[in-house]
Amino acid sequence: MSEQAQSRLSKAALEEIQGELTKYPSDRRQSALMAALRIAQDEHGWLSPESIEEVAGIIGVPVVRAYEVATFYSMYDLEPVGRHKIEVCTNISCMLRGCDRVVDHLKQRLGIDFNQTTEDGKFTLREVECLAACAGAPMMAIGHDYYEHLDEEKIDLILEGLE
Amino acid sequence: MSIQKNRGLIADRFSSLKYSSGVCLPALDQEQPWTLEAYRNNGGYQALEKVLGGELDPAEIIEALKISNIRGRGGAGFPVGVKWSFMPRQSDDQKYVVCNSDEGEPGTCKDRDIMRLNPHALVEGMTLGGYVMGASIGYNYIRGEFHEPYSAMEQAVKEARKAGFLGKNILGSGFDFELHNHLGSGAYICGEETALLNSLEGKKGEPRFKPPFPAVFGLYGKPTTINNTESFASVPTILRGNGKWMDGQWFRGLGVENSGGVKIFSVTGHVNKPGNYEINMGTPFKELLEMAGGVWKGRELKAVIPGGSSVPVMPAVAILASNMDYTSLQENGSALGAGSVIIMDETTDMVNVLERISKFYYEESCGQCTPCREGTGWLYRIIRRINRGRGTSGDLDTLLDVANRIEGRTICALGDAAAWPVQSFLKHFRHEFEAKIQPVQSDAA
Repeated sequence: MSEQAQSRLSKAALEEIQGELTKYPSDRRQSALMAALRIAQDEHGWLSPESIEEVAGIIGVPVVRAYEVATFYSMYDLEPVGRHKIEVCTNISCMLRGCDRVVDHLKQRLGIDFNQTTEDGKFTLREVECLAACAGAPMMAIGHDYYEHLDEEKIDLILEGLE
Repeated sequence: MSIQKNRGLIADRFSSLKYSSGVCLPALDQEQPWTLEAYRNNGGYQALEKVLGGELDPAEIIEALKISNIRGRGGAGFPVGVKWSFMPRQSDDQKYVVCNSDEGEPGTCKDRDIMRLNPHALVEGMTLGGYVMGASIGYNYIRGEFHEPYSAMEQAVKEARKAGFLGKNILGSGFDFELHNHLGSGAYICGEETALLNSLEGKKGEPRFKPPFPAVFGLYGKPTTINNTESFASVPTILRGNGKWMDGQWFRGLGVENSGGVKIFSVTGHVNKPGNYEINMGTPFKELLEMAGGVWKGRELKAVIPGGSSVPVMPAVAILASNMDYTSLQENGSALGAGSVIIMDETTDMVNVLERISKFYYEESCGQCTPCREGTGWLYRIIRRINRGRGTSGDLDTLLDVANRIEGRTICALGDAAAWPVQSFLKHFRHEFEAKIQPVQSDAA
């Protein structure tokens, strides 16, 4: 039953997908596929096979097309993740500014490694490639927000501020 | 609620803005430069009004851009005016202009600032492009992680539409242009223009064979021109020409021969004031480093990657003798790329840096071409092995061999971008790699 419930998108999400479709020619609905997958993920927290199939149906493409896209791009979560995804950049500019300390501190404080979720389901920790905020290195993203010029103290404050 | 609590900790919108020439970045003293009102107060949309008022001809605009000598700001440096002239303007076919805001080259953080601080410059630049090239639809492809820039662009598009600068019959001219922001979902490869087009079509971001080039067969198979965010955002100011309309000479004169105008340099790494600096092309590197507060902790400069992680690394002596323009950086052994200047001090472990760079290309190879898909893995694993003290004496030759076998053998430039750092790091810092390779029993035998 929960499976079924999860594959159903809310009215608001369906409307948002319709809004995305208006950006593209009417015979090019597949252009809204990436957005529709994102909207479905935002709603459920991750993309289950049922969600991907439902999105393919809404857009009107074969399910395999939706799978191709869902597996190609790094921002789609094909497994459940924590309420807050912490994405730490370890690329060159962040590395030069000490992202190792940021990573060590996060791992230690959360008690998890990269690609793991805390037991309470609150945080998932990820290593990501350059997020184009190199002047603010070391940096991380949580949800839609960027946090820059990180140190241990600032990280603690940020984590404490998240519900 | 949680958002409220953290508000003061989230990166400030002005966090990277350090110096502006007023072309793509707003003046530093403005409080809300992203609003339509602020943009108008600084001459915004005057170029569009002038052009649509019938006073300026599309051919004249292309000519002005050619004279201005603006070259593509995404990294390849192709002249913008020439690119615009490739579009079959008179054809009745649907045509598209596409902006590449998939900023992801390690060390590059300028397009994010243009979109969150000066989004209307991009709206106006793309609309002018649409008019000049006969396209009625534009897409701005923004990388998926850029929620703040995406919101700023959405807001700007809404404002522009309401004010009559976008939509049907713009300013009563009969010209229609609609601009849509398209959010990506995480893939460096989509910064390659044909991969970007595939992604816009809702497919995997795999680069296409060229030719046909996008001007002939682009988005949905229609004529398409793709430019970088900074290229489009520069156009309105170039056309305004500092008080003399269509004076490409003015912009050209800000730069040097072969590199017109001003350009944003993202200065990052071991400097005291990392940030975006919009300065004249041809500025000596020494001056830029000084503007950025010099090397941090009072240390000596060791090396610089001047154009993003794909361009060759330069030892201090070479970069200190260079100016920030296409020709000078090329003459001194590297390239301007996207203007992403990564500073490394004397304590930097170059093997470590190359390991990280190689890991990036290994992660981001789309897997379409065998030399890149397999070769980037080889490069990363060998460098990692060397860095962990498990390298053998033949490894450096193998590395170069693999790099040379990737270069020039793939559909897009990602393969080259993976090979060039390896070649240049080994050229200039081979001794650091050798020092990590311990002679082992089997080697001696």
